[in-house]
Amino acid sequence: MSKQSKSNRPAKRKLSAKHVEQNRREFLRTSALAVGVMGFSLVGLLPVVQGKSLALRPPGALKTPSDERDFLSSCIKCGQCVQVCPVNAIKLAELDKGVGIGVPYIDAREQACDFSCDGLQCVLACPTGALTHDLDYPADSRMGFAKVAEPRKCLAIQGKGFKGLARGPDYTGLLRYDEIDRWNPIPVADYPYDLELCDLCVRQCPIEIRIAQCAAAEAEGEQNKDRVAQRQGNECPPKHAIAFEPFGGDDGIKRMKPVILDGCVGCGVCEMICPPEPPAIVIDIMQDADNMRGAS
Amino acid sequence: MSYIIESFRQLFGSEPRRPEKSEISPEALAVHVYKKQNPFDKEAFDVARQAHARDAKKWRNRRWATLLVINLLFVVSYYFDVQLLEGALTASRFMGFHMADLNSALQVTLAFKHMVLNLVIGTATIFVLWVLLGGRTFCSWVCPYHLLSEWAESVHLYLADKGWVKDHSFNRKVRSLFYLIFALLALITGYTIFETISVTGIVSRALIYGPGVALIWVGLVLLFEVFYSRRAWCRYVCPIGITYGVVGALSPLRVKFVLKDCHHEGECRKVCLVPHVLDMTVKGKAVHTEVDVSADCTRCGMCVDVCPTNSLRFEIKGLGKHL
Repeated sequence: MSKQSKSNRPAKRKLSAKHVEQNRREFLRTSALAVGVMGFSLVGLLPVVQGKSLALRPPGALKTPSDERDFLSSCIKCGQCVQVCPVNAIKLAELDKGVGIGVPYIDAREQACDFSCDGLQCVLACPTGALTHDLDYPADSRMGFAKVAEPRKCLAIQGKGFKGLARGPDYTGLLRYDEIDRWNPIPVADYPYDLELCDLCVRQCPIEIRIAQCAAAEAEGEQNKDRVAQRQGNECPPKHAIAFEPFGGDDGIKRMKPVILDGCVGCGVCEMICPPEPPAIVIDIMQDADNMRGAS
Repeated sequence: MSYIIESFRQLFGSEPRRPEKSEISPEALAVHVYKKQNPFDKEAFDVARQAHARDAKKWRNRRWATLLVINLLFVVSYYFDVQLLEGALTASRFMGFHMADLNSALQVTLAFKHMVLNLVIGTATIFVLWVLLGGRTFCSWVCPYHLLSEWAESVHLYLADKGWVKDHSFNRKVRSLFYLIFALLALITGYTIFETISVTGIVSRALIYGPGVALIWVGLVLLFEVFYSRRAWCRYVCPIGITYGVVGALSPLRVKFVLKDCHHEGECRKVCLVPHVLDMTVKGKAVHTEVDVSADCTRCGMCVDVCPTNSLRFEIKGLGKHL
């Protein structure tokens, strides 16, 4: 802009020469404008090229762990997914993500997707297929893959229990607790725990909760055979996502280690609910259940 | 057909075509000659002008009200979760019906090279809507940046009046260049490059989802318009204007120039965002007694508001009825 304002000198008197001069200046100004606007917009490619735009995305995002190109290009940046999410997990990226501006992402530690909408509302809301309709159930999504990043922070590995509010009284995140309200998520800060051994990551895992519900329904011996068949299929997650494994124990303390299994979809609830700071368990966005073998 | 061709020429940055003397219809010529022989009574004109001044914000008020209502509908819909108009201007759902901004849909399609059914439905809906309503009508009646830019423009005009700033023009063809480059970039890189800097998208999302750092860019563009070049974004950069302009070339809703009572004093061209479309209001240039304003016109109605003799009017082609 400063370069352009220098050309702002009074024009010459002679009419034809003045016109020529005016045209010349307009041409220079226009060239500067073209270069400036194109330059600024191309800077938007940098965060993508550098891989800084990678993030935890909503379920069904059209991406592989390390390649978000299709997702970024197909997203129309309207935020309809943001509007339908019952726990407000989805946010829109800022200008610092360059061409990823306005694209939805999830900060799991702040508010993870707990699938409390059941029907993948964000996927249904997406007008462009950036969140692909190819998946029908939470268990089909591949957002990332949990990993125990800070084993020494893990209360279960230390053999410790947990009593109180998982994330303290000021935490604003929401989760659905079926026994309290089947339809509406409530603040995590309103739900105190008292656990002999901390198992929050396993206990709150949406996939594990669903599997338990399916098992309970089956145990009750549901009358409707079709319904049972349906639950046995995709609606009931086919694989476990996380489990506890006992280990050590020479000191007589009961210790458990969280182990991430093939059914993990990377929703981030474990990262959200993990009490220590930083959390012992986090979502690795560079991996997912389908890409585990190749990556590890 | 000539209307569409002339609309495209002006949309893509050419100056209005200078009509040959022979093209001027006998009726129009008679009016031109009559005006030459009978100069207007200046005092009578001033009286008419003052009488008109009371009425001079009619279309502006309607337009601002429409623009605010549409944008607030997005905000209210999300804030109170009433699901009336979900999404943002780039794509939305009105009571469940898909709608997609034509330029955003085009960028996404070029980048992604695939269109899901919902996007086809949304794009088609909006296409039909703006064919009926005038194409670039989107710019002045819906785009939230347009309103900010209008306010920046009044600051610019105030400062220019004081002699503190000067309007620097650019070659209007550069907007077509931007259009082409952004389309090619989307196609080649596979990313919607324009969306990064689209002030329309940024302002719309900021209104609905809360402000962010992207508003600094919007602020810079506004400052550029205030201090350096009047309405620069809409006039010289924004590809959305071209997309809707092309749609508008098919639209029956236009502004019409009626030669008979025009005093050719040029107030309309002074207020206009795209003054080249009003070239026929220059003395002796109108080829017919009634001429339609080309599709680069945003149908904002400022010329209709400012014209003291009602020589510029909204019309719906084919209905033959003035609004």
